[in-house]
Amino acid sequence: MTDVERQTELPDRLRSPLFRLMASWEFLLLIVAVLIFFLNTQASPYFLDPWNLSDATYNFTEKAIIAFAMALVIIAGEIDLSVASIIALVSTCMGYAVQLGADTVTLIAVAVVIGAACGAFNGILVAGLGLPSIVVTIGTLSLFRGIAYIVLGDQAYSGYPESFAFFGQGYVWWVITVEMVLFAVFALIFYVLLHRTSFGRSVIAIGNNPTASVFSGIRVARVKFMLFMLTGVMSAVAAICLTSRLGSTRPSIAVGWELEIVTMVVLGGVNILGGSGTIPGVVIAAIVMGMVTFGLGLLNVPGIVMSIFVGLLLIAVIALPIIIRRLRQRLSG
Amino acid sequence: MSRDAILALALIAMIGLVSVRFPGFASPDSLLGVFNDTSILIILALGQMAVVLTRCIDLSMASNLALTGMCCAMLNAAYPQLPIVLLLVVAMLIGALLGSINGVLVWKLDIPPIVVTLGTLTIFRGVIFLISDGQWVNAHEMSPAFKALPRAEVLGLPMLSWVALICIALMYFVVTRTPQGRAFFAVGGNPDAAVYTGIDVGRTRFNAFVLSGALSGICGYLWVSRYAVAYVDIAGGFELDVVAACVIGGISIAGGIGSVAGAVLGALFLGVIKNALPVVNISPFWQQAISGAAIIIAVVFNARAERRSGRIILRQAETT
Repeated sequence: MTDVERQTELPDRLRSPLFRLMASWEFLLLIVAVLIFFLNTQASPYFLDPWNLSDATYNFTEKAIIAFAMALVIIAGEIDLSVASIIALVSTCMGYAVQLGADTVTLIAVAVVIGAACGAFNGILVAGLGLPSIVVTIGTLSLFRGIAYIVLGDQAYSGYPESFAFFGQGYVWWVITVEMVLFAVFALIFYVLLHRTSFGRSVIAIGNNPTASVFSGIRVARVKFMLFMLTGVMSAVAAICLTSRLGSTRPSIAVGWELEIVTMVVLGGVNILGGSGTIPGVVIAAIVMGMVTFGLGLLNVPGIVMSIFVGLLLIAVIALPIIIRRLRQRLSG
Repeated sequence: MSRDAILALALIAMIGLVSVRFPGFASPDSLLGVFNDTSILIILALGQMAVVLTRCIDLSMASNLALTGMCCAMLNAAYPQLPIVLLLVVAMLIGALLGSINGVLVWKLDIPPIVVTLGTLTIFRGVIFLISDGQWVNAHEMSPAFKALPRAEVLGLPMLSWVALICIALMYFVVTRTPQGRAFFAVGGNPDAAVYTGIDVGRTRFNAFVLSGALSGICGYLWVSRYAVAYVDIAGGFELDVVAACVIGGISIAGGIGSVAGAVLGALFLGVIKNALPVVNISPFWQQAISGAAIIIAVVFNARAERRSGRIILRQAETT
């Protein structure tokens, strides 16, 4: 950090808490969310229907459930690109279990165990052997989905028990879906985990300076291992929801989700280089992305064109603060 | 024994194993066929190598290939009289232009390369849909000359293989005999030290991205003309194979370590697996899992080798 930056940054902390809140990334996102909500109501008369809105949440709930765990991984300075492949493998294993006559409870158990095992595998390679997480998880991205392809080939599993449909298709009350409740519950859990526990503080510390974290007594490798395992388990939860919603499993399930989840996390204000980020930011980012895709869908924009928006959003979200900071520096000196 | 030699031995051992089951596999004709089939992966791996050497990564290569390929196919369909050599130059330029988008974002805005190229990966794919309107360009819309070039034989080798050989030779020259090539290593090995030796780190990374973009562009034409079809999803997910080839070839994702021979051998390793699977009667569905396992084994192996030899000067100082 140069001296110029330090001078411009220090006075910020002396301003009132209200100003700080309003200048925060989350507040900015919230304004964007409201704006998009308003634009959507103008774009289509069907948008404000409660059942429509309830359906729209499926666009982001499953991804967001993984994004919470991914946020922690990225804050700790790592990345997990294998999440979508974990979904594929977990879903395949559940499908296999169904063929053996498993009931819903067994299916959940299978999912969580496989998800945790996949996460632990990543964790051992990254935290245990000290390998770069981006390469490791590109490898496991290939490996996990590859196993799903070996098992299924061009086939598909279906015939899930009726009670299993509850997770992806069930309603708790009126338009409130089971997935919405899971989304809210996990948002709360991860909020507490990151912002209110010493574990969360150590995650942020590791992202800021892993070497200093070791010297201050944080078990860096163990925390990282736990984060990868947590991401595996959350991917399993998402796999349960998605499989239950679709009612079938193909090896190409959830392909490309890793990108959207990383975008969600980065859009939520998490520093891709690690060290900072908040769960409320990720929550709002998830809702923004869900509404953008839903709104574009109402306007009959094809999925692949939406992906252009996602890509542009990802780059713009990171580029804009940098450009603004540069401009401010140029103006001030 | 060097890493490249170990990899070469593993490759020979694998070919040997397959030929036990099916002796014809190791015949020169069959091996040249494997090389030809792997040519595009080799060229892409060379481009990826330049980027990875500078401590970056280019995940947009396959999308770049597909977009450039679609542009070539549509150009050819609209103006069949356009000379193919010109089209090849256009492909290279389009590819380089797309690569320079990545390069500028990394150079001027300091955005992490993985984010930039994850973004452009989807953007390029989406743009293909926009320009093609989701339509395919089929074989009958392409001129005969367009489709003939990769298959045309010169001295008994198809042009596709020749292009790969030329790229290998050029990359070898650039990497080992030019200041730019050495700058790739310096920037990845230790960016801070590179600055003090007068190297512009950002510009070097930019050049690496333009290079990988140009090679992707060439591959775009080669891919579309070889398979005689262009549509939105061609080469989908191929970027992972390219990264896999580099990792298997011993190119360190942390930058500064790698060789042309490694990239070529890494690509050939995947190429041999792909071509051997049907020969030994294993379903092609195994391929993805095998390349995933190969990446993981290679990265474990590389990490050990790097730790043993001690990579670069001032490594400790840099991490603080």
